[in-house]
Order: sequence, then structure tokens, then C-alpha cells
Amino acid sequence: MNSARTALSRKIAVHAVLITYVVIALFPVFVILINSFKTRRAIFREPLALPNADSFTWEGYQTVLNQGDFLQYFQNSFVVTVVSLFFILLFGAMAAFALAEYRFKGNTVMGLYLALGIMIPIRIGTVAILDLMVQTGLVNTLMALILVYTAQGLPLAVFILSEFMQQVSDDLKNAGRIDGLNEYTIFFKLVLPLMRPAMATVAVFNMIPIWNDLWFPLILAPAESVKTLTLGSQVFIGQYVTNWNAVLAALGLAIIPVIILYTLFSRQLIRGITSGAVK
Amino acid sequence: MQFPRIKWHIVVFLAPAVLVYSAIMIFPLFNTLRLALYTEVDQTRLFVGLENFRTLFGDPLWSDAFWNALWNNMVFFVVHMLVQNPVGILLAALLSHPKLRMAAFYRTAIFIPTILSFVIVGFAWKLILSPLWGIAPDLLDVVGLKSLFQPWLGREGTALLTLSLISVWQFVGIPMMLTYAALLSIPDEILEAGECDGITGFSAFWKIKLPLILPSIGIISVLTFVANFNAFDLIYTTQGALAGPDFSTDILGTMMYRTFFGFQLQLGDPHMGSAIASGMFAVILIGVCVYLFGIQTRLRRYQF
Repeated sequence: MNSARTALSRKIAVHAVLITYVVIALFPVFVILINSFKTRRAIFREPLALPNADSFTWEGYQTVLNQGDFLQYFQNSFVVTVVSLFFILLFGAMAAFALAEYRFKGNTVMGLYLALGIMIPIRIGTVAILDLMVQTGLVNTLMALILVYTAQGLPLAVFILSEFMQQVSDDLKNAGRIDGLNEYTIFFKLVLPLMRPAMATVAVFNMIPIWNDLWFPLILAPAESVKTLTLGSQVFIGQYVTNWNAVLAALGLAIIPVIILYTLFSRQLIRGITSGAVK
Repeated sequence: MQFPRIKWHIVVFLAPAVLVYSAIMIFPLFNTLRLALYTEVDQTRLFVGLENFRTLFGDPLWSDAFWNALWNNMVFFVVHMLVQNPVGILLAALLSHPKLRMAAFYRTAIFIPTILSFVIVGFAWKLILSPLWGIAPDLLDVVGLKSLFQPWLGREGTALLTLSLISVWQFVGIPMMLTYAALLSIPDEILEAGECDGITGFSAFWKIKLPLILPSIGIISVLTFVANFNAFDLIYTTQGALAGPDFSTDILGTMMYRTFFGFQLQLGDPHMGSAIASGMFAVILIGVCVYLFGIQTRLRRYQF
């Protein structure tokens, strides 16, 4: 009897702590989103009230969409993220396959060389990266960002994917070899399809930092036509600090797509993190 | 003498990754270290050896700024270690309870700030803490603490701590998830054996689970270290490149950016920027080595 009661009160305490933290985590996001749909007056008079018929307005969003080129920014971010992920996964899987499948001289050294970048942030080399991009004429192109993010993502991708590659059965590959398939076909037709879950994990890991990065867009691609959404909203908000409707709407525009994508992929993300890929 | 036949498929598989990684990451890294040994006079590059470092550590104008940034960065890191990681571990411990309902909802919701960009997080908190808007004082009023409210981001004494806590708020999801993964991998038999000996609840966590997840906590700590000494975006978004008020929130990342690109009247200097980047590199290298040789080798790993 008594132990049942302590079990119940313990359960309540656990939920209370977790709910409190959920409120702390979500409250700022919630406040920004509700106020982005309100009139200036309502924003200041009742910041915590939901928008109602009286206070509802699209004004902020209209200003943002008329003044800033958010559609362009969004497209740039999208291109950079998707193309970088494609290269990270393709090149990363190829290198991981070479390291996991073949015994050759320098295999371990190559593995260590590629793993260096897991711990050392690419930002340290920014001065020389900008130099390189200026010399190759890639400044203010999306290509510069794609190259940087690909280089940044490869070390962890190779590391995680080669762990998974080692689990692919040798019988399968040897059967392919007996059937006369060459090494490329074995990789692309037999091994790569088995890597889908691991590649999804790598993709989700890399997606968030690439989409959210401010440093490299600011330094390598600040021109209007190649601004990413993160840099675009940063500059826009900096210019419109006093227009609260516009600032809140710009934040809303930056938050909403991320939240939608997250709710679609959160299962994959959490499974990826907890699958032991980073033990 | 016969050379071993080159296996071309291995070269083809490795080449794209190795080329991109070497050209964009490794080569610029070492080139930056090299550029730190040069200076620019009348638009020509001049080799000056360690002169830039002598300026950085010898000239009070530079060295004060550098030690200030390094100190602030240490504070930033210590706050993360003392707040972010314990809170993350606590949340993971609560979430890993096998019969917890709504665990998936809690996990998803608590991770949301982590997926948002620094720009969103920075501006959102700037608005919420702004005395103009008054959300923060109103909330404090509810619990009767309105008198405690100050413009925390605008005061020299509190700005750095406030920014550290905002960053903690954003990234608590990462230690939570990594600890959660480690806790799930502990086999039930071990916990059941503990239960037979009467170890349950809190003491089971303290005496059985925590020692088993120490290696994960080690990894979380070194990840926190690297991320913190590489930070820039949040401070730049909320306080600008000058990391105000009066450089009280200046960290190595913002100092390097300012030096490299210039600000207000000071011109940008890529060579001094490289010198600061070399300093950051040294700090991160020391941290990673301390982890690899000092901590990781001493932690006992258990194979289940």
C-alpha cells in the first residue's frame, strides 16, 4: 500500500520535472510564433495572449515577403543543403567502402587522416579557405558553401559508414564477384542499398548544422543573390530592428519550415542518435 | 624488381573524399597556420616569423583582448559543463525509465531548440529579455520577483552568463540524447541483479548506471569543449561583432572575426586573424589531447 503510493508520487514527480522542462524549451518559440500574427499594439499590450479576431494580422509577414527576398534565400539554403548532403553521402560511402572492404598499405593511416576532421573544426582554416575561394573565383557562389560543407561533413560520415560497412556479409559480396560483377557494381548495386538506414542517420546529422550555419555564408557568400536563409534573416532582422511585426514574422518564417521538417524526420533523427552510431 | 599492381578501384573509391577533404579542410588549416607567420606591407606578403604572435601576446592592446576572449570562452565552457551537461544527464535519466509514458513526446519537444539556428535563438531571446517588450519582467511578476529584472544582455556583469545560459538552453538536447542512448544500451540483467541486492531508483542510477555511462560523458565533455571554443554565431547575432557591452562577451570566435574582417575604423588583417586562429587551434588541440590521453585511457569501458 505504502510502496504503491510512493511509486505513484515518484511517477508524478518525474512527469512534473519533464513537463517543466518542455515548457522551458518551447515557451520562447511559442511566444515568437503567436506574436508574429498579431498587430503591433497587441504585441506590446498582451504579449502572452493568443491572436484573436481583433489582434490578428498578416502585416509582418507581408512586410517580410515584400522587402526581403526570402523565397530566394530559402531556395539557396535548400540547394546548398541538398547538394552538400548528396556529396557527403556519395563520397563518404565510397571512401568508407574502400577502408572497410580492402586491405591495402596505408589503410589505417588513411582512416586516421580522415578521422582528424571529426575533432578539429573547419572554421580554424577560414582565412586560408577565403583565400582559396578568392583565387578560384568561387567567392559569392553556392559552390563555395557546398565544397566547405562537404569537406566538413566527410570525416564523421566516413567514420560512421565504415562501421556499418563492416557488418555487410562477405558472402554477399563474394557471390557477386563469382558472378563476375566488378567492384563498382558490387558497391553501387549490392552494398549501397543496404546502407540506406546508416546514410539516413548521417544525412540527418549533417542537415541541421549546414542549414543553420551563419559563419561561412557570412564570409564566403554574403551577396544578395546567394544568401542563405540563416544569413538572410540575420541581415533582414538587423535592418528592421524597430519594426517588431517584421522581425517577429521573419523569425516565424525561419522557424516554421524547420519545425515542419523536424516533425517529419524526428523519428529518424532520434533513432539515428540512439542507434549507437556515436557510442 | 616488380612493383605491386595498383588496385585502381581503391583509388577511385577513395579519391573524391580525400581530394575534397584535403583541399578544403586540411590544406587551408595548415595554410592558415603558415599565414600567421606573414604580414602585409604595401600589398606584398612579407615573412616575419613569429612577429604576429609577439604582437598578440606582447602588445598590451592585443594581449588584453586575447586573454579577455580566452577567459570569457573558459567561462562560457564552464557554464556549459556545470549546467548543460548535468541537466541533460538528469533529463536522460528520467526519460530512460522503461515504463515512462509520453517519452517520445518529451524527447521530441526538448530537442526542438537544438534544431533552431543561432539567429532564431539569439533574436528570440533578445526580444524576450528586452525591457521594451516586457515579457521577462511580466513573468517574474507572476512569481513576485519583478524587482530582480534587469536588462541582463546589456549589463557588463551579466551579459556573458546570460548568453551562456541561452546557449545551454539551445543545446541541452545533445547531452540528453547521447546519455539517453548510453543508458538504453545497459543490459537489463545488470539492473535486475542490482534490484536483487536491493539497489533501485536513485541509488541504482548513482551506483550502477552512472559509472557505466562515464565514457559517454567523457565524449560529451570533449564535444562541448570543441563546440564552445569554436562558438561565434550566437554572440555575433545578439551582441554584434564588437561583442558588447565593452567586449564583456568577446570570445575567440568573435575576436578572430573582428580581426580578420575589421570593424569600424580598424582595417581587417588576415595575418593577425590567422595568428588568433592558430591560438584557437592550440587551445582545441590541448583540450582534445587532455581528453584522449588523460581521461579516455583512464575510463574503464565495459563490454556487454
